[in-house]
Amino acid sequence: MNEFDQLYREVILDHYKNPRGHGVMEDADADAEGMNPLCGDEVTIYVRFGEDSDTIDEVKFSGRGCAISQAATSMLTEMVQGKKASEVAVLDKDELLDEIGIPLTPIRLKCAMLGLTTLKVALHKAKGTPLPQGLAGYDDLELS
Amino acid sequence: MAIETRPKLDAHKLRADFPIFEQQIHGKPLAYLDSAVTSQKPRQVLDAMRDFYETSYGNVHRGVYTLSERATAGFEGARAKVAAFVNAPSERELIYTRSATEAINLVAYAWGLDNLGPGDVAVVSELDHHSNFVPWQYIAGRTGASFRTIPIDDNGELVLDSLDELASSGRVKVVANNLVSNALGTINPIEQLTAWAHEQGAIMVVDAAQAAPHLALDVQALDCDFLAFSSHKMCGPSGVGALWGRRELLEKMSPFNLGGQMIHKVDLDKTTWNELPYKFEAGTPAIAEAVGFGAAVDYLNEIGLDAIEQHEHELAAYAIDKMSEIDGIRIFGPPPDRRAGIVSFDIPGIHPHDAAQILDWDGIAVRAGHHCTQPLMRRLGVAATTRASFYLYTIPEEIDRLVEGLHKVKRALG
Ligand SMILES: Cc1ncc(COP(=O)(O)O)c(C=O)c1O
Repeated sequence: MNEFDQLYREVILDHYKNPRGHGVMEDADADAEGMNPLCGDEVTIYVRFGEDSDTIDEVKFSGRGCAISQAATSMLTEMVQGKKASEVAVLDKDELLDEIGIPLTPIRLKCAMLGLTTLKVALHKAKGTPLPQGLAGYDDLELS
Repeated sequence: MAIETRPKLDAHKLRADFPIFEQQIHGKPLAYLDSAVTSQKPRQVLDAMRDFYETSYGNVHRGVYTLSERATAGFEGARAKVAAFVNAPSERELIYTRSATEAINLVAYAWGLDNLGPGDVAVVSELDHHSNFVPWQYIAGRTGASFRTIPIDDNGELVLDSLDELASSGRVKVVANNLVSNALGTINPIEQLTAWAHEQGAIMVVDAAQAAPHLALDVQALDCDFLAFSSHKMCGPSGVGALWGRRELLEKMSPFNLGGQMIHKVDLDKTTWNELPYKFEAGTPAIAEAVGFGAAVDYLNEIGLDAIEQHEHELAAYAIDKMSEIDGIRIFGPPPDRRAGIVSFDIPGIHPHDAAQILDWDGIAVRAGHHCTQPLMRRLGVAATTRASFYLYTIPEEIDRLVEGLHKVKRALG
């Protein structure tokens, strides 16, 4: 495989071109905005909880950015559907990275993590729990 | 009949001066199209620094021994070259800094804190780099002055009609603007701005970080009050830059950094300042870098700034022409004759990051991002652009490779 096929493998391009869960959610139970000032990627994540106020019933995202940030966020919406907010809030980043399944340079890693970090901020904000280490100090998030 | 011929530059030949081009990136020859962020270094500069370290290195203005004298001579000799490069009336007005950024901060703090206050206005433009934008915004905020920006039109050129309105908004005390925009390549009408600033009783600060590599500078013809630039963008090493300032202003200003070398006499209760330029040069400076800066100035003078400027206009025209073939592409900035060798663009549906990544696999280095001009990106309605920038070693073949690469990006992601 050449480098192009590795980084922009079919599933990434598919999620980029046909993002799942793309759109704005009115009356979301949780939301947050994230931005990667380095490259101008922006993403807003919206979550609706189920009746138990913890199960993630629906996730949507809006924003613009590079193929990696948008595809990773799209994959994330599929991954967390039906999971408990309390689990997702502490989801290990490797779980998402495994799903993405491509080698990433440090700069592109920030692109890939934008959606997950923003989702975590949204969940912690909604639950009123303190942001975990590494996210402390962020409200509406800026990764740099 | 005398036909005026401009000196031409042979970029293919000049490339041999730059060791970086001897390597391949991802198996392809390096097409370095990011010179606006920092330039590559010719052997002449690298050799000058190495020779200085091997034969003449010591601290400056300190020792009585031979090495220190040699080091001081190298350091001060370079200052004279850099001062002459911008046609400074005196080399005592040429202050070494770490960079253009530090030079602008020096003025913003040392002049701004004492001279700005409520009712005063600091003016920059929407085209300014964060390093000229943020210091003035911050110092205006600290002193209670207001901070205003000159807008740009859709070509990325300053709207000078807005100046009257700015003048009526308060006492304009400082106008700070770039001579060449790093994001769009626009060459700004600094003489006009300077005349306007002086009519208002304001000082004119010129950010020449992007101009110094590309066109001949003359602070006396510009009639500005301060001019800031960086060595690393003009074939010299990073870690050193310069501020030229008018002597009357520099003499009246408070110091910026405090410490060794910038003092005249230190008593328990009071310290007096050294003479210019040392008053603004606290601590051990970037000594070998200053020597490299001087060597870079020699190198550029040898080629000729007029020839460099001409070469860049030609490359910009060629690039814009070629790139316009790409479907849907939006190229920002003014026509080639009013821009330096910088072309910023957007291809709808393709994020600059992806474009830059895919181009890298073909050995082509371009910049993707906001280019330290977030207000400008907002004005253009984009989060980021892709930027190709050229220098004296750029050849048209590299622009052909870029265009080919962009077609490839479109095929892959479009
Ligand atoms: C127009 C302009 N001003 C200022 C700077 C800051 O230069 P430095 O980072 O060398 O201080 C740059 C560098 O990108 C620039 O392009």
